[in-house]
Amino acid sequence: MAIQTQHTGSDVTPPPRKRGPMEGIELSTVRPAGDRIGYAVLLGALALAATLWLAGGLNVVLAAVVGFLVYLAGVYTAYRVVGGRRVATDHVMRGLVYGAFILAVLPLVSLLWTVVGQGIPRAFHPDFLLQTMNGVTGVQDEATMQEGAPMVGGAYHAVVGTLVITGIATVLSVPIGLFTAIYLVEYSNKNALSHVIRFLVDVMTGIPSIVAGLFAFALWAMVFGIGTKDALAGAVALSVLMIPTVVRSSEEMLRIVPNDLREASLALGVPKWRTVAKVVLPTAASGLASGVTLAIARVIGETAPLLVAVGYARGLNLNPVEGPMNSLAVYAYYMFTRPLNPGFRDPSLERAWAAALLLVLLVVALNLTARLIAKLFAPKTGR
Amino acid sequence: MKVLRPGAAGMLLVAALALAACGDDNPTGAFEGDDYEVTDAGPLADPQLSGTLSASGSSAQESAQTAWIAGYRGVQPDVRLIYDAIGSGGGRENLISGASPVVGSDAYLDEEERERVTDVCGDGGALHVPVYIAPIAIPYNLPGVEQLNLSPEVLARVFSREIETWDDPAIAEINPGADLPSTEITVVNRSDDSGTTENFLEYLHVVGGDAWPYEPDAAWPVAGGESAAQTTGVMQVTGSTVGAITYTDASAVGTLPTAAVGVGGDFVDYTPEAAAAVVDASTPVDTGVEGDLALELARDTTEEGTYPIVLVSYLIACSAYDDAQTADLVTNYLRYVISEQGQQAAADAAGSAPISQTLREAATTTIDSIQGG
Amino acid sequence: MSTTPPSARTPAAVPAPAPDRSPRRGQVRRPGDLVFSGASLASGLLIMAILAGVATFLLVQSLPVLTADPGEVTGEAGFAAYVLPLIVGTVLASVLAMAMATPVAVGIALFVSHYAPRRLGASIGFVIDLLAAVPSVVFGMWGWQVLAPRLVPAFAWLEANLGWVPLFAEGSNTGRTIATASLVLAVMILPIITAVSREVFLQTPRLHEEAALALGATKWEMIRTAVLPFGKPGVIGGTMLGLGRALGETMAVAIILSTGGFTWNIIGPGNSTIPAEIALNFPEAAGLRLSELIAAGLVLFVITLVVNLVARYIVEKRSEFSGAN
Repeated sequence: MAIQTQHTGSDVTPPPRKRGPMEGIELSTVRPAGDRIGYAVLLGALALAATLWLAGGLNVVLAAVVGFLVYLAGVYTAYRVVGGRRVATDHVMRGLVYGAFILAVLPLVSLLWTVVGQGIPRAFHPDFLLQTMNGVTGVQDEATMQEGAPMVGGAYHAVVGTLVITGIATVLSVPIGLFTAIYLVEYSNKNALSHVIRFLVDVMTGIPSIVAGLFAFALWAMVFGIGTKDALAGAVALSVLMIPTVVRSSEEMLRIVPNDLREASLALGVPKWRTVAKVVLPTAASGLASGVTLAIARVIGETAPLLVAVGYARGLNLNPVEGPMNSLAVYAYYMFTRPLNPGFRDPSLERAWAAALLLVLLVVALNLTARLIAKLFAPKTGR
Repeated sequence: MKVLRPGAAGMLLVAALALAACGDDNPTGAFEGDDYEVTDAGPLADPQLSGTLSASGSSAQESAQTAWIAGYRGVQPDVRLIYDAIGSGGGRENLISGASPVVGSDAYLDEEERERVTDVCGDGGALHVPVYIAPIAIPYNLPGVEQLNLSPEVLARVFSREIETWDDPAIAEINPGADLPSTEITVVNRSDDSGTTENFLEYLHVVGGDAWPYEPDAAWPVAGGESAAQTTGVMQVTGSTVGAITYTDASAVGTLPTAAVGVGGDFVDYTPEAAAAVVDASTPVDTGVEGDLALELARDTTEEGTYPIVLVSYLIACSAYDDAQTADLVTNYLRYVISEQGQQAAADAAGSAPISQTLREAATTTIDSIQGG
Repeated sequence: MSTTPPSARTPAAVPAPAPDRSPRRGQVRRPGDLVFSGASLASGLLIMAILAGVATFLLVQSLPVLTADPGEVTGEAGFAAYVLPLIVGTVLASVLAMAMATPVAVGIALFVSHYAPRRLGASIGFVIDLLAAVPSVVFGMWGWQVLAPRLVPAFAWLEANLGWVPLFAEGSNTGRTIATASLVLAVMILPIITAVSREVFLQTPRLHEEAALALGATKWEMIRTAVLPFGKPGVIGGTMLGLGRALGETMAVAIILSTGGFTWNIIGPGNSTIPAEIALNFPEAAGLRLSELIAAGLVLFVITLVVNLVARYIVEKRSEFSGAN
């Protein structure tokens, strides 16, 4: 079944035909060809790659690349013979698309493998979870490595700090973000201001995290004197990053609340604000909650703004308006780049990876929670 | 929804507070609960003081300060000591603005800063007490070469990337008997601004002569070298790269061999004693403050047994305080820091070189001159 | 506050059939309404204030360096000379990342939208989102410890075989290069480009696709003639968004890159980016240095702003958000 005549949909112009979307499909025969040939070539390529790797002593990555190229060439040749050029191209492109997918999964797998592998030994040790680094110096680490002394010091203060800072950031940004979304959807009537706000939210989405940190630092410098660093400044920086996410997701969620509901409520004489509070928000609740959770997940792993605005503390600090506080991301960064004892790095690296694992678990848990909320409490609105 | 929204944040905060109840903020046992006791009753523990002393500054001192804070608890249990490692520059700014009564700094106050500090410290200005001597070692990664001598000139030419391979005649000449490979030299430097870089550059500047055309700075001036952040980064790169050479705080060297540096025709390995010796051989700078111990380090010393590449970090205090209590706290803390036990604590925790008895006596005189009230 | 239109219908009492215009209009002002709409408006205005604040505060804190004697700025040649190599490095790293990520991202987007079974596509979407959620500091640690050493042989090969290209002049012995950093950045921006592309690919009119297939096009021909032309603006927009993210990405570059002055050699040490420069030096900066770094941050803010605006413009032109009803 070849394309004999170009049919350009509703366009009835006779030949010479208009340049349409079908332009570029050449007219050559396509013979049906099963997928089996493809699988056969794939097996062959895999076998070749494995041989090169195991027997030929070739680097595993190189072997995989060679195998992939051989697969592409093989598929092309085979289908060229069996089904013609167009079929062959189709299969090569299919191979490339699948290849792209595998290529993207590789770093993720490698990364998770590394984080879990390096983090597991320490991450769930009670000493790590329940101790701070207060008073811990290179001496203890040296003793651990030289004399096998138990490892001292953990990320307890960082875990608490992360929760405090992120908690405050959430308290700050959710009302602002939600009310802005309410304004955009319920009150603005698409006036000029709403366009400006929506535009600015877009601009805010693009603020680099370190610039948000600098903003908080600069603000604090002007209000409390230069160099003031505390958890609240960090929370403000995170809020700058969180607000646009919250606005966008909330706006989307409020928009999918059917107008029928609003109309029904208004028709019953319910004031507008009560309609919003009692009808619109509860209907969108699951979506809003899931959006907020995702926004939290997005900022909980931020390092740069906290590095700039909050600083680094060794001990426990529960006061968000006084002095530096630690957080998991900054803790991991410091432990990784400046271990307590540069001559005996391993304990510090172990702490860094353990903190990284906790952070990744936290992020994954938040993501799953968001999905779960969205799924379990989804309104029956026939989206 | 109205319940859900604060719910998420509330949950986080509650979790944080719940967690706060069960953690251990004293993992080393250095701080014995809230009621500290004098475990180290010496002359410094008399009289017993109380209050909060908030110092800030040099991050090079951070490990040592951590040890001092822990040790000082045993001397003055009621004094709450805080050290915020915000960097030397930030520390000096804090002294000038009055935010910290005493600060740590890797460099002494320059003329302009000395003038500005009189606003807070009075006309007497500020006093520098050298409290932390860190030898800067030259570790290299060259399997099979256990001993390496580098004269100042060769050192300068290696670090300016003029000498490119290890078997260069200039190196071979001063290392007879060493089996030098033809490996390329990878010079590793700090990518961030650092006092270690500045002191090393100062040394090269003074001794390198024509071989070292660069000015001292906190940032590394030579282009094209391998760089890494922080001491650790530098060590990680050096340790994993055959042919690499770097400069670093001696406490960070670990298992790598270090080069012996040419001093007056001889080659000296770094040792704490040799590092302390160069400080003794140095002369105080004239800062216009009597008894001030800001030092012009004798980088070009030819004295036997001195190791000239050191970083000296000071605690800078006012020569007079309006408040007698602050003055007592500062002087008592300074006395502890320069005491034998204080210096030993720093040496154990940070690998620094304890100051010599001579310097301790000079520093005691300086500290005694601090006025209060 | 003027959001209630003047034409006040008597609401509530008259459940009039919903007119064409939004039925939300035209309530009497009740205290509750005032508070609610006031709070909403205030939040919107606060966002404007925050954004203005970001620009203003950064500018105020940068003033000392902008007015300083050029000799006192790092590099002793003024702020422009200091920041220019950083800008070039930032752009270089981001553009490299973009160039590497875009083809792969389009591939994945096609895989999800047109090749994978629907159910699988959703879970793949989740996995890719996970990639976006991994904190950048973790990417940095992974890049330094896992990726960089494995790239050393590749760099050596490039130097040996393509050494005459200035980009591959001298291979690094540690793998901590701008190329490595860009590769990690590419992985980090992959989810963004993928998400946007997937979205527009899925929006391709079904009729176009089926028409192509009905005409006997192979799957690839259908994609090339129907899906890609339709999705092109979305892909470009997504790529620009990814670029914006890469420009501002801090920790991964700060950890991985062996920073130094500008060089075209991307497989050796050297170059730096604005965010990395700030993160590395900020904790100990004071005085003019602090102002310098904040000013560099301001420059970064402006660059990302421009890139993001262009990106948004392209994306918005493509797909208007569909409102309720």
